[in-house]
Amino acid sequence: MTTKDKLPVLARHTPPKDTPKPIAPDQLEQAVAALRDALEAEVRSPAPKPPVPPPVSKKVGRVGAAAGAVTLPTQTKTSTRRIIAIHLPDFAMERWERWATAHSMRPPEDLPVVLALDGAHGPTVYAANRAARSEGITQSTRIVDARALCPTLRVEFADIGGDQAALGKLMLWARRWCPWTAIDGPAGLVLDTTGSDHLWGGEAVMLRDIEERLARLGLSANLSCAPTHGTAWALSRLGGVREICTTAQLDMRLSPMPVRALRIDGGTVQLLQRLGLKTVGDLMAVPRISLARRFSKAALAQNPLLRLDQMTGQLAEPISAAADPPRFTVQANLAEPVQDPTPHLPGLCSALCVNLEAAGVGARRITVTVYRTDGEVRHITVKTAVASRDANHIRRLFDNKLDRIDPGFGFDLITLSAHGVEPVRTGQIHLDGTQPDNAALAQLIDRLSARLGAKLISQPVPAPSHLPERAEVWNAALAAPTVQRQQPPTRRPLKIFDHPEEIKVLYAVPEGPPAQFVWRKVTHRVVRYAGPERIAPEWWKDMPGTRLRDYYDIEDQKAHRLWLYREGVWGDMRGNDPRWFVHGVFA
Amino acid sequence: MSPSKPKTATQLLRDRAHAPASDATLAEVFCDSVTDGAPVGFTVAHLQNTTKPVLWIQDRLSRRETGRPYLAGLPTPLDLIYVDVSRPVDLLWAMEEGLRCPDLGGVIGEIWGDPPALDFTATKRLALRAEAHRVPAWLIRRAGSANLSAARLRWRIKGLPSLNDPYDAQAPGQAQWEVELFRARWQTPGTWVAHHDADGLHFDHGLDGHVPHDKHAYG
Repeated sequence: MTTKDKLPVLARHTPPKDTPKPIAPDQLEQAVAALRDALEAEVRSPAPKPPVPPPVSKKVGRVGAAAGAVTLPTQTKTSTRRIIAIHLPDFAMERWERWATAHSMRPPEDLPVVLALDGAHGPTVYAANRAARSEGITQSTRIVDARALCPTLRVEFADIGGDQAALGKLMLWARRWCPWTAIDGPAGLVLDTTGSDHLWGGEAVMLRDIEERLARLGLSANLSCAPTHGTAWALSRLGGVREICTTAQLDMRLSPMPVRALRIDGGTVQLLQRLGLKTVGDLMAVPRISLARRFSKAALAQNPLLRLDQMTGQLAEPISAAADPPRFTVQANLAEPVQDPTPHLPGLCSALCVNLEAAGVGARRITVTVYRTDGEVRHITVKTAVASRDANHIRRLFDNKLDRIDPGFGFDLITLSAHGVEPVRTGQIHLDGTQPDNAALAQLIDRLSARLGAKLISQPVPAPSHLPERAEVWNAALAAPTVQRQQPPTRRPLKIFDHPEEIKVLYAVPEGPPAQFVWRKVTHRVVRYAGPERIAPEWWKDMPGTRLRDYYDIEDQKAHRLWLYREGVWGDMRGNDPRWFVHGVFA
Repeated sequence: MSPSKPKTATQLLRDRAHAPASDATLAEVFCDSVTDGAPVGFTVAHLQNTTKPVLWIQDRLSRRETGRPYLAGLPTPLDLIYVDVSRPVDLLWAMEEGLRCPDLGGVIGEIWGDPPALDFTATKRLALRAEAHRVPAWLIRRAGSANLSAARLRWRIKGLPSLNDPYDAQAPGQAQWEVELFRARWQTPGTWVAHHDADGLHFDHGLDGHVPHDKHAYG
């Protein structure tokens, strides 16, 4: 192991010959002399040599090109790390298929589907399924071209941010195999499995397990295991199925690889091919100094020399794994199985809230999980409108909900965990003892949502539309800030019906509302009316052919005031004779 | 608002004899007609001065038969939190929960018919809780009979032919209601003609015996 990539995993026992030896001063001098000779010799890039270079040429001093630093290993640094690279070639498409399956919208397998992305010249293909690929549609084809190739093509929009978020979740999920995982590119993961393969019965079994579990998630994956990140990356993309590469096989496996296996960008690949360097072996055969001169100022993504060093393990490339998200879970181990979790809940809630307060966050979702003696697990989740760490409030949300937990023959472990934690803005309690910022209101909405369901609690918010039913939208309570409404030009009813109710006209008059009509089996006689107020359909939203409405505010013989409208006018060529509806009731 | 410390039920009962009138209590509103908007207008007119959100709860039948509240039609801008429940028990429970919240300016419940859950105990719970936390509660009862209830004020509202529109002879103008207070704890019952305009709710004149309405008897 090198000192640069010191990782908190148990190191595998390595034979003593693999451990790097400290560089002796006389060796250092020899290496500097060799380097100086090489610089004076000014060796130009020769014609391609046999793929496997003589081992001596690799042991001369090397030039770290980007930094200009001289790294002087006197022997090949053989990495003892084991890195698994996972390549998910169809991640975006498979994620969309998973979503479509969940929503019962998945098309049959043989129907071509592509995910589109807006490009400079119209939308382009971001991902395509197997049927679309067999039609000749590849990535970054323009959608118009793809439609010309295949008229039955179904186009959906790609969700790059969602893909990245899902990949992040998958990365955390992959920590089941080893503690050190990271995202690798737009559709790849990298796992440092040094020392953890024996837990899974060896590397071959582990790779098969990873592939199988990913397949159960609906993800196809190419895997490989190698001593370095670069080699694992290359083998997963270009190598065989679940390939395992040891340190001894490293050179043999790398030499025939094309240069794009070096994780360099397309321009550099093209440049190397113009120079006649088609494979990694060609590149290894080139004297190092000339490559260093050629790419001295290039960044990592354009620098084949640095990438080659990373691939062969000459240059350390530690995997920087993101920290685990904090978990807020408390548990109660019971001496004997019980049937009712209620008495243990207050203690658990206060312990959880102490943890949340120490971290300065509040929970949006809280789950009680009971582990039954027969091995079953049951859980109940409650949600809050704003992040909360009030133990009393959280406990009350579980009122009447714990009855639904099926205790079986009892359970002896209860856990309470907080998910979806958010920072809490702490406010000072007012001098008169009242809570700031509608805290009591948020708790009320939580209690109502916990018992009745969050969908039933809503808040009308004015919306920019002149159609009466679209002039307000019903949001989740406390979801949006309150907006000042604008007074409509004429009087609006106090209540409106979700679905306007059709009336039967008894006595129509040429102008104005009907003189008599039947609504809900009662005859109404119009005494006075105001109107009409003509409201045209919103052509940018409505179907063509939607008819305009003429609204009347009428008062009948019993002094009931209704809001009637006639849908359409006679002779507007949009259907039959216009019909009449009751839309609302005035006070 | 002064600090609202909840009182116990016993304490409330003891204080009741001496208390003149509560500024927030439970009131019931009845209406003989299903399609008359007058009771809702009368209820909303009482909540016009609040700046806090109003919890409006409807059971499913009320929503289907009488419609849902429409923001643009409210006489004064109200911040509504709307709850749509299916069972009368849930409506009463939600009202009671709302009355515990001092951040609310009022609670309106629309209940259909005479469900068994709406008995004397349920209304008494609502009334005591409304008085303890000083949140006015209004129960609009359509298609219901004025059975046993602990509501402090019980109204029966009916629409009257509206006033003339000053600019349009054939148009209906300012709405008028016939409001009957048939049970009241702190004042004399009576019948009035009322209307609500930009200045507020006005009780114009009495109808039977011309009892002048005591404006300050309740909030």
